[in-house]
Amino acid sequence: MMAPFFKYDLFGDEFSLIVAVLIGFAFGFFLERAGFGSARKLTAQFYLTDLAVFKVMFTAIVTAMLGAFYLSWMGFLDLSLVYLSTTYLAPQLLGGVLLGFGFVVGGYCPGTSVVGMATGRVDALVYGAGLIAGIFAFGEAYPYMEGFVYSTDMGAITLPQLFGVPYGLVMLVIVLIALLGFWAAPSIERYFGNRLTEEV
Amino acid sequence: MTVATDFAPSESLREGATSAIESRRGSPFMNPYLAGIGLGLVLLAAFFIMGRGLGASGAFSSATALAVEKVAPEHARANDFYLGYLESGLDGHAMKSWLVFEVLGVLMGGFFSGALAGRLSPTVDKGPRISIRGRLAFAFAGGLLMGVGAKFARGCTSGQALSGGALLNVGSWAFMIMVFAGAYAMAFFVRRQWI
Repeated sequence: MMAPFFKYDLFGDEFSLIVAVLIGFAFGFFLERAGFGSARKLTAQFYLTDLAVFKVMFTAIVTAMLGAFYLSWMGFLDLSLVYLSTTYLAPQLLGGVLLGFGFVVGGYCPGTSVVGMATGRVDALVYGAGLIAGIFAFGEAYPYMEGFVYSTDMGAITLPQLFGVPYGLVMLVIVLIALLGFWAAPSIERYFGNRLTEEV
Repeated sequence: MTVATDFAPSESLREGATSAIESRRGSPFMNPYLAGIGLGLVLLAAFFIMGRGLGASGAFSSATALAVEKVAPEHARANDFYLGYLESGLDGHAMKSWLVFEVLGVLMGGFFSGALAGRLSPTVDKGPRISIRGRLAFAFAGGLLMGVGAKFARGCTSGQALSGGALLNVGSWAFMIMVFAGAYAMAFFVRRQWI
């Protein structure tokens, strides 16, 4: 067992910033490859005419989920040292809804807006300004709502722990949901694509 | 500046074969499943090398906290939210944080991929039925909602949905379901912006 490398002190804080740039580079590369620098490509998910967001996201989640599990099972990776953020259920549910609104209104999420900016999209730049304004608004209101922000603390908890079922069973369900979506996607895209062309 | 001409439903959409949005400038986009495997391996590398996931909104938070501190140092330091970001960087530098450097990498990687594919040019990404000014107003409003939402949720699509999703984090999955629910609920009201 020797991974995560950083947690086993194989390198220090300064070098971790170089790793950050390299990992970010690959992250941005694949986001742009997928077409996620385009707000229209991203928001087509919510009009069901192009389900690339679902396809890319769930392929990535399944890949990383299975990869992390098997690396840990084979003894290469100590999964308990991989940071699992604490669940604060109520603020996260609210945050999710607001983020969903912001996604379809603004056209990007924070990560994809960076790729949009990198490829010359003025709307992504304006979106980024809005993002900073939103964080500022949250920061200014923070002292008055700190109680809510830290409410419904469930600790760092996974779905298998919550439901008391094996890790593998939850992975199986997620893989099945992904496969079902991938299988249905072409028909959904065709159906809503055609309806849209008739309307416009 | 080119407007609304770089992306459009593919030719085949009109033939009813597919409705995927293709690139009108440069090379076609990568197959989504291949791109997804690529992203998944990048995320796995972050788990394996760093013991953490990816992120994006945190870098914007560091920048915001630093800006507030520049304008009103005492005000920023009296607020635990800003203070957290100000003190999380290395050697006391707010911008010397892992996520800030990662997002700089995202900027470079996105630019590199766009340059390789011939997809770099100033443009406003929007549907055919909205003005540029209208689209930019929506972009700002959307960013604002996203900024507030990401802070309540303690992360965005990268940090929560993708990274937490792959670790089967309860809060991340609850968050992800609400993101899709919120976006589908709102989609009808802003449809003129996109379709």
